Amino acid sequence: MKYLAEFQNPDLAKGLLDDIRATVTRPWALMEVCGGQTHTIIRHGIDQLLPDEVELIHGPGCPVCVTPLEVIDKALEIASRPEVIFCSFGDMLRVPGTDRDLFRVRGEGGDVRVVYSPLDALEIARENPHREVVFFGIGFETTAPPNAMTVHQARKQNIRNFSMLVSHVRVPPAIEAIMTSADCRVQGFLAAGHVCSVMGTAEYPELAEKFRVPIVVTGFEPLDILEGVRRTVRQLERGEHTVDNAYPRAVRPEGNPAARAMLEDVFEVTDRAWRGIGVIPQSGWRLSDKYRDQDAEHRFDVTGINTCEPSACRSGEVLQGLLKPNECEAFGTTCTPRTPLGATMVSSEGACAAYYLYRRLGTPAANREASPVG
Amino acid sequence: MTRILERDGTRMAVMDFGGVEKDVCLEYLPDLRVDEYAIVHVGFALQRLDEESARKTLGLFEELGLLQEEFGDPWEAAAASGPALEWAAADAAAGAASAAATASAEADR
Repeated sequence: MKYLAEFQNPDLAKGLLDDIRATVTRPWALMEVCGGQTHTIIRHGIDQLLPDEVELIHGPGCPVCVTPLEVIDKALEIASRPEVIFCSFGDMLRVPGTDRDLFRVRGEGGDVRVVYSPLDALEIARENPHREVVFFGIGFETTAPPNAMTVHQARKQNIRNFSMLVSHVRVPPAIEAIMTSADCRVQGFLAAGHVCSVMGTAEYPELAEKFRVPIVVTGFEPLDILEGVRRTVRQLERGEHTVDNAYPRAVRPEGNPAARAMLEDVFEVTDRAWRGIGVIPQSGWRLSDKYRDQDAEHRFDVTGINTCEPSACRSGEVLQGLLKPNECEAFGTTCTPRTPLGATMVSSEGACAAYYLYRRLGTPAANREASPVG
Repeated sequence: MTRILERDGTRMAVMDFGGVEKDVCLEYLPDLRVDEYAIVHVGFALQRLDEESARKTLGLFEELGLLQEEFGDPWEAAAASGPALEWAAADAAAGAASAAATASAEADR
């Protein structure tokens, strides 16, 4: 694939790292917003290569992780119905609900199918006109346009047995929530590149100004992360706080106008509960009035849900950057990707899964000592 | 992108992900041309990959490296090459699995 290997070139990483070392004079705490970036950082040991002054705090940008328990429980209930074919991205299947997960529902006879794209779910609906096909529509601003287009296409092609259980979330209100929380240590943000590929950068200057934090739009390859860190540290050292784009090959200031227009038509902004964090005002999207009849929550009357989180799971603190995954007592012992207590251990974008997968099993201090750079 | 097609009134394309071909919805990027690259997420092309920007960014990184070679401490550079090599090795091992696991990919043609 073009422009992947080029942005993983270790020789070029040296120049970036040296420039960061030469620039930094005191400690700074940066948050990478997106779980995809967390995985790159842990997989390549970027946090260990950076000078001690630069700390990376892992953000809440894992859509699977923040999907509220109540919505998971609704999904489990809908997926259990005999008339339903329930379609989802793969990493939702092992996310624990109150008393089971979608895998368990499938084991108990529910028709739960993993799809690569929401359009695959629409195809299943077309092929099964006598079944109700429900797609689990979760994700940030990157996944929302594909889901919006699929709802729109279902309407256009008159596929009436298709509906969507929607729990979309938006990045800017989450940044606002992080910056206004009492425990906040974040001094700069690496913003999620692909979110900005869709939405552009117009939502961020207001936040940078209000909280006096640099916000640098950052990509997902190791060199992209280093460049995001380099530009953020440079701003911090100079006392600046602007929005900068370190991922220009995929992000234009205006984003993708066609996708944004579709989002505006199909969804409306709503308050949303984030699992482990709580309700963040205006931080979600739901289907707009016009598309209400394709809303699975509307179509299937789900009542009597009593949610209950496992008490041992501290994923809320992990998602807010207050706790590193390997500082949790359950990490790697009672909580593993096979038997996860929380969604952060399940998802391909979850911080706990990244730490487990790339064997950051000890405490951060021990890991630092064991690393080749010392 | 390899070729464009129409399905159920929707603009689609066949895109090559490093040897694996997949159908991708082009409704959000209708003017993408054959041989161009795009950011693809869950079966949708969301943004054109701007090759000139990519080359410029890589050029900047190269310049940073040259500056360090000229003015930097050679011992530091030697120390830094250790973990960098390991990164390359770890990458080769984890590469395929992770590329499949991440929902987004930069598509080849």
